[in-house]
Amino acid sequence: MDEPLVLIDGLTKRFGPGQRPAIERLTTRIEPGRVTGLVGPDGAGKTTLLRLIAGLLLPDEGRLAVCGFNTAADIGEIRRVVAYMPQRFGLYEDLTVLENLTLYADLRAVVGRERQEAFERLLTFTDLARFSDRLAGALSGGMKQKLGLACALVRKPRLLLLDEPSVGVDPISRRELWQMVYALVDQGIGVVWSTAYLDEAERCPEALLLSEGRLLYGGPPTELTHRAAGRTYAIREMEGDRRAILARALGRPEVMDGVIQGRSVRLLLAEGAEPPRPENVEAGAHAQVVPVPPRFEDAFMILLGGARANSPFAALARQNTVDGAVVEASVLTRRFGRFVAADRISFSVRSGEIFGLLGPNGAGKSTTFKMLCGLLRPSSGTAWVTGVDLATAPGLARARLGYMAQRFSLYADLSVQQNLDFFAGIYGLSVRAGREATARMVETFDLTPYLAASAGLLPLGFKQRLALACAVLHDPDVLFLDEPTSGVDPRTRREFWAHINAMVERGVTVMVTTHFMEEAEYCDRIGLVYRGQLIASGSPDELKVQARSATAADPTLEDAFIALIEAYDRKAAA
Amino acid sequence: MLRRLYALIVKELIANWRDKQTRMVLTISPIVQILLFSFAATQEVRNVSLAVVNQDWGGEARELVARFEGAPTVTDVRHLRGVAEIAPTIDARKAMMILHIGPEFSRRVQEGKTAEVQLILDGRHSNTAQILQGYATRIVEQFNGELAARRGGGRPASLVVARVWFNPNLETLWSTVPGLFAILTTVVGIMVSSLVVARERELGTFEQLLVSPLSSLEIVAGKATAALLIALALSTIMLLLAAFVLRVPVIGSVPLLYLGIAAHLGAVIGLGLFISSLAATQQQAIIGAFTFMAPSFLLSGFASPIENMPGWLRAVNELNPVRHFVLISKGTFLKDIPAGVVIDHLWPLLAIALVTLSAGAWLFRHKLH
Repeated sequence: MDEPLVLIDGLTKRFGPGQRPAIERLTTRIEPGRVTGLVGPDGAGKTTLLRLIAGLLLPDEGRLAVCGFNTAADIGEIRRVVAYMPQRFGLYEDLTVLENLTLYADLRAVVGRERQEAFERLLTFTDLARFSDRLAGALSGGMKQKLGLACALVRKPRLLLLDEPSVGVDPISRRELWQMVYALVDQGIGVVWSTAYLDEAERCPEALLLSEGRLLYGGPPTELTHRAAGRTYAIREMEGDRRAILARALGRPEVMDGVIQGRSVRLLLAEGAEPPRPENVEAGAHAQVVPVPPRFEDAFMILLGGARANSPFAALARQNTVDGAVVEASVLTRRFGRFVAADRISFSVRSGEIFGLLGPNGAGKSTTFKMLCGLLRPSSGTAWVTGVDLATAPGLARARLGYMAQRFSLYADLSVQQNLDFFAGIYGLSVRAGREATARMVETFDLTPYLAASAGLLPLGFKQRLALACAVLHDPDVLFLDEPTSGVDPRTRREFWAHINAMVERGVTVMVTTHFMEEAEYCDRIGLVYRGQLIASGSPDELKVQARSATAADPTLEDAFIALIEAYDRKAAA
Repeated sequence: MLRRLYALIVKELIANWRDKQTRMVLTISPIVQILLFSFAATQEVRNVSLAVVNQDWGGEARELVARFEGAPTVTDVRHLRGVAEIAPTIDARKAMMILHIGPEFSRRVQEGKTAEVQLILDGRHSNTAQILQGYATRIVEQFNGELAARRGGGRPASLVVARVWFNPNLETLWSTVPGLFAILTTVVGIMVSSLVVARERELGTFEQLLVSPLSSLEIVAGKATAALLIALALSTIMLLLAAFVLRVPVIGSVPLLYLGIAAHLGAVIGLGLFISSLAATQQQAIIGAFTFMAPSFLLSGFASPIENMPGWLRAVNELNPVRHFVLISKGTFLKDIPAGVVIDHLWPLLAIALVTLSAGAWLFRHKLH
């Protein structure tokens, strides 16, 4: 066997006294000639580990050798053999594709013939040759990542470190990035691909699973997934409310974890347990409980000890439900100059429904989403929220909606209590109603121990709870969620969706925009936006059926997404 | 609506206070600056280094040299051996002023003729050189006067007795602090207001505000009010420091001064909101604030007299809020500025405030969509 590319022994890195180490006594090795997946939720220590390997940080304890060099002593050598692509690669948005490449070639002293060859190779490889005169700022998210990759590869490295290359990249570009990485491995480059999407681990022959700075598992992902073998089941052909069925299933002792997948509910059982019978969870007469293949995430959940999240919202009664459409888009169009970002988009969302907007980057889903929650004014067409026109009565409409942005944008310097008070205030709750509402939220989300703590210093799970609490404090009819749980560990994500599901049961309507497929599975209906248009809509299962073909008998939602877009492109080209 | 506005203002105040860096920048820096600049930015010339080239051995020459050496501002004296040493001494900044007495000096004085002495000054600091020239002229005049009296040749033709009003002892602190107070109040006002929106944009909380029932006008009003309260509090602290620590007299009407502060802050905060709406990041906001501050301070009359500016510039300068506020501030500190004069400068401030605040609010709304 070849010498390992990276050898890590008892590595520890701290960023401040009294803080939990970002990396704690980590021992592992990274082999050449393959993709190693560095998998874990946000805050697990992935970036820290990559920066340690790249020599940008120095270890506090332990040994770290990269291609036989010590990162502290031989930084020059490390620079020659390691290429590192950070999360936001330093592309200069005001330079063209070619100028960016030239800059990185200059920095790495790649000149003359070598440069010419490298540029030709990289532009062909990334398929960016057509765009070499375009400004980097005008590229789509996927193309930016490709250009970043090209810049990192100007000098051929022995080890390529990629920090979350698939964040903000739609499934199609993601698939292309993977193909490029496999091609690099064939050229003999060792690649480390870090990701918070657990399903990406399954694409790697070797995975390192990190959680809170510790290595939970290192080895082939299939081996870990195998631990969940025989413990994963799906309830199919259900009748009745799937969210209620999931809640009942999670209440049973043999069930360790469960998620909604379109019309099915997917369960992970405790070790040695028998699956529940359909009548145990009142799934209807025709329901079947069938075994399904395990996933990497199931194994991760087993390592984490499962998640039996039940939301206290289930217990709260709700009085007022809205009749008719809660959110309605009617020929919504938005132009930016000559560019039509959203083109005559119409759909409506019923009360108590979860509606998801999906689409590649720059396709218009965020534009549509923003027009519906009043962040952007449509060029033409109308957006209604609970029957109120956002253009004529924005204040009234906005009082009926709750909004939770990506990365929970809370006031980090305000305490938990101050955040809650503030949101109660700006939503116009009277002092007494505000006090009651905040007290209810504090109780519901167990925030009491953190009331005086600054929101920015909360653990991630509590940040998420507080953000949700602030968004629903005023008891909105409709909740807008912008990629609410991407990058969050599966346990926290389960808890979040348990709350959302419970709220939906009480009649709250949810609008979500995402390109995270697991979030899409929770939706009752999905609208697929591409090139500014709504090209498909329906339940996740209906979309999967549309994408069913001879080659893919049981497509995933991601397959369906790609198939629908490719079909649209073919039709447009014809 | 008031409830929402109140919540927003309280949030702004708490957020500015709880953010450690903002708190430091807002509270410590104006206080340090007013104390530091008051002592450092003095226009007096002290610690003068003097060099003497005396080619005359007569008593009159020695007496004149002694008068220069004995002057209280002169702390360092060196004697040069000849004219050739003059240039190197100035070049090396070993002396700010060189007194050169020629060989004929004492003889000519004794003969009752006009005798000349040469004074060489380092013009690289033109201000200092001018002041030193003034000192030197006074020493020589005194010497002349006493010489004339000793000879019984009658009194000098005329005598100028200077009385400096409003600042009888020519205390530099008295003339710097009132202007500095105006400048620092402006800095606080524009900084707080230009950063408020940019910071929320960077944190990602701005969208959260925009989807709330708060109207854009309410957001602008809340942010402006919070900025006004913060800036008022800080200028009060600076005023107290000026009056009780630096002991600069406050003779005029304090309520009128506060009217001026409020009107001026309104004008400046309007500009800050304008900058804020255009800036995507805090960095851009700071650059925008500086673009306003540098010219408006230079033209404010804080450092150089407005009367010396060309007419067209003076007309343009009427639009500069700092110019009006510096005048009100100086007038209130050192003299009992009449209410009429304050009002003459108050209404332009209010007019500017009305324009900048509405422009700021308009742009803020406009940029949202």
